[in-house]
Amino acid sequence: MNATSLVIIGGSAGSLSVLLQVLPGLAPHLAVPVIIVLHRKNYADSVLTDLLGTRTTLQVKEAEEKDVLQAGCIYLAPPDYHLLLESNGSLSLDYSEKVNFSRPSIDVSFSSAARLYGPQLLAILLSGANADGVEGLCDVAACGGLTAVQNPKTAEVPFMPEQALEYAHVSKILDITEMADYINTFAALSR
Amino acid sequence: MNAVKEEEISVLLNDLLECYGYDFTDYSLASMQRRINRLFSMDRFPSFAEFRYRVRNDPSYIQHFVEEITVNVTEMFRDPSFYLALRKQVLPMLATYPFIRIWHAGCSTGEEVYSMAILLQEANLLHKSVIYATDINTSVLEKARKGIFPIANMQQYSQNYMASGGQHEFSAYYAAKYDYAKFNESLSRKVIFAPHNLVTDGSFNEFQLIICRNVLIYFNKDLQEKVLRLFSESLEQLGYLGLGAKETLKFTNDAHKFRQIDKREKIWRKVSI
Repeated sequence: MNATSLVIIGGSAGSLSVLLQVLPGLAPHLAVPVIIVLHRKNYADSVLTDLLGTRTTLQVKEAEEKDVLQAGCIYLAPPDYHLLLESNGSLSLDYSEKVNFSRPSIDVSFSSAARLYGPQLLAILLSGANADGVEGLCDVAACGGLTAVQNPKTAEVPFMPEQALEYAHVSKILDITEMADYINTFAALSR
Repeated sequence: MNAVKEEEISVLLNDLLECYGYDFTDYSLASMQRRINRLFSMDRFPSFAEFRYRVRNDPSYIQHFVEEITVNVTEMFRDPSFYLALRKQVLPMLATYPFIRIWHAGCSTGEEVYSMAILLQEANLLHKSVIYATDINTSVLEKARKGIFPIANMQQYSQNYMASGGQHEFSAYYAAKYDYAKFNESLSRKVIFAPHNLVTDGSFNEFQLIICRNVLIYFNKDLQEKVLRLFSESLEQLGYLGLGAKETLKFTNDAHKFRQIDKREKIWRKVSI
């Protein structure tokens, strides 16, 4: 594998503003790749990628099939496809049924990452109005990975992190201001 | 969460090739593993050994197996801008031919085939066209042949149709009955539904347009190359190839033979042999 550790972030309603605050704080030479799975409308253009790209010096790109994960790059799951991870460190797209009424589904990507990265994985679940991602967090925890959720008190829509706290083993509750440091520390330790 | 492990997937895929000639060994593993695990829990097998025994010894189970591990999610006028580009940029060129041959590879339950037929009809080209609609999976082809789709989807399809440049009443193309919409037989009269396996079967004609959407994403690089070569060889000079929204010819061996007709749409034209 090109990258031995991975950070994966899932979010729905209310999570974009969180990302816009977190991205500027990420270390300029982050030693891990970051995958972001957001519930989003099926816009054909790449406005979201460009928007996130303005907030960090790290490369932000919409994930393409067969992309090989590179440290220091941020991959955004494309609209209307599930994003899966392969054991050779590459990405796959999948147009199968929606999961939790969502495509991309956070559960699908979290579970796929959990299986491959085990303890080398940090999964963070942000604000959102449904429970997509909760089962995925359970899988991450079961495979020995680190699980974190946005502090529901700081979430625009607290349902998603609340569900995670109720049903999954959550290693850490994070305020928005703590997230970048937490990711940077994880990346530094996994070097 | 993953009852069937990666090693066991390869065992199973080898069984399938050895016993039935279905070759899934060059499919992307992550999606395959997810589908197989889904089937494993859906059919409530107590162990992998029993799952494998069923696959090896029950030919009647295989059709179900193949149907469930291949992805058969589709919709009419999926990515409307793709169909708008077909209408505006491809059909006017096809119109110049006395006879139009189209291959829709991996057509699944046929929603996009009927979409194509509607485009051709509206361009007054359907009468001189034939669409070969193929899939690896015979049971989805049976559904495609019937042209009966859930009525619940029609609102979305109608919106897609309008966004694709459709100017007629979408509901005129089907008859609604109970929970289903049956599409007019005039649309499927020029369609030949037939099984074809992109992995093992060769070319069977020369076409001016080949459509294959969201099929290549499930293949590994080698198989993608192989299938794109098959398409390239099956296209007439100046023929068109339409792929899914996240699929590309870029980085493939035959890329230099093609020119993308429009930066935003996944449609290429074969410009050299």
